[in-house]
Amino acid sequence: MDLLNALVALANFVLVPALAYGSQLALGALGVTLIYGILRFSNFAHGDTMAFGAMVTILVTWLFQGIGLSIDPLPTALLALPFGIIATAALVYATDRVVYRFYRQAKAAPVMLVIVSMGVMFIMNGLVRFIIGVDDQRFADGARFLISARDFREMTGLAEGLAIRTSQAITVVTAILVVIALFWFLNRTRMGKSMRAYSDNEDLALLSGINPERVVAVTWIIVAALATIAGVLYGLDKGFKPFVYFHLLLPVFASAIVGGLGSPIGAIAGGFIVAFSEVTITYAWKKVVTYLVPEGMEPSGLLQLLGTDYKYAVSFAILVIVLLFRPTGLFRGKSV
Amino acid sequence: MNPTLRGVMMFALVAGLIGLTGLMQGWNSALVILNMGLVSAIMALGVNLQWGFAGLFNIGVMGFVALGGLAAVLISMPPTTEAWAAGGMRMGAALVTGALTVIAAIFAHNRLAPGWQRGLITLAIVIGGFLLYRTLFDPARDAIESVNPAGTGYLGGLSLPILLAWPAGGLLAAGAAWLIGKTALGLRSDYLAIATLGIAEIIIALMKNEDWLSRGVKNVVGLPRPVPYEIDLQNDPAFVEQAGNLGLSAVEWSTLYVKLGYTGLFTAVLVLLLVLAQLALASPWGRMMRAIRDNETAAEAMGKNVKRRHLEIFILGSAICGIAGAMMTTLDGQLTPGSYQPLRFTFLVWVMVIVGGSGNNFGAVLGGFLIWFLWVQVEPLGTWAISMITTPLPDGSALKDHLIASAPQMRLLTMGVVLLVVLRFYPKGLLPER
Repeated sequence: MDLLNALVALANFVLVPALAYGSQLALGALGVTLIYGILRFSNFAHGDTMAFGAMVTILVTWLFQGIGLSIDPLPTALLALPFGIIATAALVYATDRVVYRFYRQAKAAPVMLVIVSMGVMFIMNGLVRFIIGVDDQRFADGARFLISARDFREMTGLAEGLAIRTSQAITVVTAILVVIALFWFLNRTRMGKSMRAYSDNEDLALLSGINPERVVAVTWIIVAALATIAGVLYGLDKGFKPFVYFHLLLPVFASAIVGGLGSPIGAIAGGFIVAFSEVTITYAWKKVVTYLVPEGMEPSGLLQLLGTDYKYAVSFAILVIVLLFRPTGLFRGKSV
Repeated sequence: MNPTLRGVMMFALVAGLIGLTGLMQGWNSALVILNMGLVSAIMALGVNLQWGFAGLFNIGVMGFVALGGLAAVLISMPPTTEAWAAGGMRMGAALVTGALTVIAAIFAHNRLAPGWQRGLITLAIVIGGFLLYRTLFDPARDAIESVNPAGTGYLGGLSLPILLAWPAGGLLAAGAAWLIGKTALGLRSDYLAIATLGIAEIIIALMKNEDWLSRGVKNVVGLPRPVPYEIDLQNDPAFVEQAGNLGLSAVEWSTLYVKLGYTGLFTAVLVLLLVLAQLALASPWGRMMRAIRDNETAAEAMGKNVKRRHLEIFILGSAICGIAGAMMTTLDGQLTPGSYQPLRFTFLVWVMVIVGGSGNNFGAVLGGFLIWFLWVQVEPLGTWAISMITTPLPDGSALKDHLIASAPQMRLLTMGVVLLVVLRFYPKGLLPER
């Protein structure tokens, strides 16, 4: 019984939140890694792209809520998501035409593009703050829990409850669907194959008649969709606040680099590695351990390795360890 | 145009802008902008050293600036004797244990033969050391933080003159930069960028949460000043007479006098650092740096120790950012870890360097002044512009209120546009490298 209780507590406080967070990071890191693979630079504006997509989705959600449109028990935001994706895709595509294309055609050094993306980051950040403000926005509606802790306790008779929030369930399901669709696209369609060819060897791809501008345009649109979905899922799960999205840049990049920049499968693995490490290292293990040790040996402290405020330190430590011992990431990404 | 003339004209433009601010918004505001402009110019000088001279992509400027601020507290505040008595020694022991653990782990990793035993032993040292560290650290921290938590609750400083904090801030930042450089400098540019971004976040997280060190988000206020207090000046009859001679009230002249005092100190530091940076740029060392930046492989083939040179310049640049951070905290008179934001303290400095002209020290200084001026003045200008645009809308309309309330956010947008425009049309900046 105690073992079961310990498992449930573990699932409730560590496994479920980390699974949801890992899915969000994986989607974010997929965007970063695609840009790196095709356009060959680290896009610092990615966090703010996520924020922009989430913001548009929130605005449309409010509109739908205003006219009474809903898909209860699912959150209305899912209905608004396509509009967010379209707006974000339009924005990043326009950004590419106005800003990035010039440097791409001039064959500028990758670090130049990184600096350019810093400028884009400023603009997008300002745009989001200008339109929606800097405050917390809640836009989640519909059923709050798939299983609430109390229902779970009544169902199983255990002392510990397992709560699964709707947003967490939706996050994981959406992430799985998106990843399946993305890999199908990359591996099975002509466009996806062109993208991979372009990523592997640009000159060879050009010689075989692949239109680079089309590849780049499709990449931006896919990245916009991924960023918006990641942003909205994160917002549903933890609430929307513009500057939090900026700070997501670090764990997202850590995920992409740990997996190997340019490798989609690596981005997913990296997302979960970073999320699980963050949650396990900042979780106070007292409750779980109390169930497992014999009576009278309960720990007195919280058994928390690091305070939750140090979660960046965790992403960072993983990043440095991987870079020192395996510089191209776990899944052998590119190293330009 | 002749580059020297161009430089002179650009600096005259900045002086004119600040002078205009003085005439239109009062000399007090102009001096506020000028003082922070001087600090920004020093930060830009530090980043220019790393990026302009050596091509190191450091976006952890915020962390070094914050360390400088921490140095200001550690040097100038009075020590909390009860806290030292309660847990000072134990805290010291804990920190030494932590450092020894890291050293032992690195030593074990470097000296033992590769294989699974080495990994296991290193891991055991790390875990054992961490547990020992926490057993020592936790009670010491609790003891220190429970000493008058509303007033002190931290170890305090050394009670030394705050001017000493400026070089100390530089040293602290240099020490951190040495540690970081040793681990991260081998990485290529994008990775180094992410690594430094992460380190800056960690430094801020430490300063926010380690209350025993710097009171965390409870802030340290009332730092001693290198210049007199306004109230003392106003009580000095000779000073009041001086103000009368200038045709100013004693209150007005005292605020200006204090700010001018900071201006003098900051200018001295800026000029000193600028001269040193110029000498470095012109020296064989500076030429070697630029050679490494332009072609690392060729420089290495010529027998230059690229890693070593990179470490040197990384430390120097970071130290300059630390000095600027200590100066800024001195100017503010308080340390507020919650106020360090990467957009403001890392990326804005980068905009300064790029816009001013990377690789040119005068360019970086110019960018520091110009961008800081814009950063401050875009807010009132934006509010004014928006209220002009929204005049046709009826008063009290939701859209109008929202637009006017959001006007301050215009500054981020403006900075982004300025950066992109400069990158596109003046990719070498306003004062290009010679």
